[in-house]
Amino acid sequence: MSYIERLNNVSVLGAAGKMGSGILLLTAVEMADQSLKPENKDAKFVLNAIDISWDGLKGLMDYLRVQVTKLAEKKTVMLRQMYADRTDLIENSCIINEYVQDVLRIVRPVTSMDVAYESDLIFEAVNESKSLKVKLFTDIDNNSNKNPWFLTNTSSVPIHEINEAAKLGGRILGFHFYNPPAVQKLVEVIAPEGTLPELKDFSMQYAKNLRKVVVPSNDYAGFIGNGHFMRDALHGIKEVEALSAEHGFAQAVYMINKVSQDFLVRPMGIFQLIDYVGVDVVQFILNVMKPHNPDENLHSELLDNMMTLNVKGGQNSNGSQKDGFLKYEKGRPVAVFSPEVKDYVAFESFAADCDSKLGALPSSAVAWKGVIRMRNKAEVLGGYFTDLASAETMGATLAKKYGVRSNEIGKKLVSDKVALNENDVNVVMMTGFFHAYGPINEYF
Amino acid sequence: MAAGYNTISLGTGRKEFNPRKARPGLEHYIKEAGQGTLKQIGGADNVDESSIGNFMASRFNKQGHLGAFAPMIDEGLMYKPSIRSEGACASGGLALVTGIKSVLSESSEVVLTLGVEVQNTVKAIYGADVLAGAGWFEKRKQGHAYFFPGQYSARAGAYIEKFGEKTREGFARWFQNAIENARLCDTAQEHHNQSEDLFELGMTKPNGKFFTDHLNIFDCSKVSDGASAIAILSEEGLAKCGVDREDAVEVVGVGQAVGDITKDPEDGTVLDTAAAAITKAFASAGITKDDLATIEVHDCFTIAGVLMTEALGFAGHGKGSEFVAAGNTARDGHIPINTTGGLIGWGHPTGATGVHQAVTIWEQLTGKAGPAQVDIPANRPYGMTINMGGDDKTVVAIIYKRG
Repeated sequence: MSYIERLNNVSVLGAAGKMGSGILLLTAVEMADQSLKPENKDAKFVLNAIDISWDGLKGLMDYLRVQVTKLAEKKTVMLRQMYADRTDLIENSCIINEYVQDVLRIVRPVTSMDVAYESDLIFEAVNESKSLKVKLFTDIDNNSNKNPWFLTNTSSVPIHEINEAAKLGGRILGFHFYNPPAVQKLVEVIAPEGTLPELKDFSMQYAKNLRKVVVPSNDYAGFIGNGHFMRDALHGIKEVEALSAEHGFAQAVYMINKVSQDFLVRPMGIFQLIDYVGVDVVQFILNVMKPHNPDENLHSELLDNMMTLNVKGGQNSNGSQKDGFLKYEKGRPVAVFSPEVKDYVAFESFAADCDSKLGALPSSAVAWKGVIRMRNKAEVLGGYFTDLASAETMGATLAKKYGVRSNEIGKKLVSDKVALNENDVNVVMMTGFFHAYGPINEYF
Repeated sequence: MAAGYNTISLGTGRKEFNPRKARPGLEHYIKEAGQGTLKQIGGADNVDESSIGNFMASRFNKQGHLGAFAPMIDEGLMYKPSIRSEGACASGGLALVTGIKSVLSESSEVVLTLGVEVQNTVKAIYGADVLAGAGWFEKRKQGHAYFFPGQYSARAGAYIEKFGEKTREGFARWFQNAIENARLCDTAQEHHNQSEDLFELGMTKPNGKFFTDHLNIFDCSKVSDGASAIAILSEEGLAKCGVDREDAVEVVGVGQAVGDITKDPEDGTVLDTAAAAITKAFASAGITKDDLATIEVHDCFTIAGVLMTEALGFAGHGKGSEFVAAGNTARDGHIPINTTGGLIGWGHPTGATGVHQAVTIWEQLTGKAGPAQVDIPANRPYGMTINMGGDDKTVVAIIYKRG
């Protein structure tokens, strides 16, 4: 079956979710762009957007219309060529509208799974539950006579386990997008032994057409991205627990968040990142990874406690940040949750004191926002981290410890053969997590 | 002419511009510019007629019938003649010519002349469709997504092919001059531009995948909201309004020409309609280019600016780029051109541009240009405006003398 034939009938499971909607958008655009090529004039393209929520599906179609319009406005030069033979489409506005219609026409929003029985390709972006994924795939496979392929967006469940449990015979591959799929260039591809070679080839072609950066990961729970993030988060939590006794919990969270952002030149502090991904998602991923890593304690009581108190973070449906460890106003953190008082304690009541304890950043410090655009980034960061190494402030000490641990985590991902090489680890963290530098470096 | 007034040219580049917030509309700009001039000439009671230039309010603002906005500027314009003129980006120039003819025919002593455009009502990709109306619609289908940048990119491509890749330096220098001049004028759209290496930006390699093959975005004039106004007066009108001769400029020559909108230029490296209008203007005024102290030319694109220097006779065919690259058109050069930034630096609210050019020359010749003032030598007391519509299809050239 050719690449185009494989795209004739596709389903996305969990299409209305945060990741599913992005995957649906990218796939719909790819299918529409293929359909507009003269050689594909007579080919059929159907994309089933499957989700249990009707409201979610309605929101999905609105989201698609807005996002496809924005994409079309950016690529109008190309669209005018694609629609060159349509003499009825003269102005940009007509061409853009026609393209949006062409994309939306491919998408069928449904709540019932049975449409997937006709699909040759299934994208899966439901909850991070192995049993749910296995159940869905088994149901589809048993009712289909198409021998469909499955691309799963799982960020933690080993692919071979799903393959075995659902008896898919190598017709499954891990294709892990980063959030949000429409913007993030990185995709982790996990192809365990026994994956059909033609499925691997298809996924590479698909990733290339979507202009994604592909990093292969071996089939270990958490893969590269979460393999680093989870351990990095646990380090941050451990440091908070160590600092809390002397400084107070809220103060400790503030300080570690600040150290991991400002001192380590990252886009956001570790607690803001946990909130962004969702406390529940982080806990979930740790639960998936834990049994596969018996030598480590991949678990956090603090996260369990936050979940019990219903403090979850994550995002609202409009993309705005929900409160979690931190409270947010206009997207910026302004307070820390205190499990003791079960309420938020404003930064302004203690931040100045904590800043003074951490000490000033070295004068060569740079903000993440500025440094990522610099052509001489390596030189600037090298200079800063050299100064940090010789600083004796509390902030510098905590930062160095953090950087060393991050380095260790990165190297272990290679020695444990999760990642093929150090460069892959760094690419994942820089492309997927927007780090200014990879965790495996000479700075610490 | 006297009593010129420019609003700010608002659009990307200005600190105040926020595409997500509501912005002033047509009425605001018409009123501000109109009242700005009326204040300087003793009020609307002194005005006999209004002449408004505007290109495409019918699409940008879903508004036609602009002449009837005159009494909104001031009740004193009620029941007086008012007309809107259109010639694409030369609409302002046509509004001026309309006023000049009224005064010459003695049907008016004082004409309030105004040009206005409010373009930021739509995103640039849709604005491109509206602006494409300055060309022949039959050609729109084959045209670039950004139609006019596409047309002038073709001219730039022809120029580079004929005269060499080095000619790009003339385009980059033109852009550099435009921004350096805009920094001196507080109504200019690029007034806040702090970019360091302007010449290098101007030399950015064009990317035909997302824009045009031979022009980058720095080669292009701005998308702008703005208005300009000026009074056109007879001798009696000057006296009636209490305006000193020193505060006015004399219109000494006019050249107006039109080309065939349905035909492509014979030679993309020549602005033949502009050359025709310029020749007529010099003949009408009885002067040559060497008598000019400063000029406002229609630099919708850097290539147009370069070609204008050739149409004016400052450089031979294919030599305009060298002439510009050598600094001859900079504010301290042999012939300062576009001393407040022109269309690329000051902005290009399309229907307003022709009137804005007149206001700028009036400011320069009467010593009212503030930080942007250039020297007007005693032996070169003349200024000139050249306002062009479409791809060199309507051109209005006017010559002014210090009062």
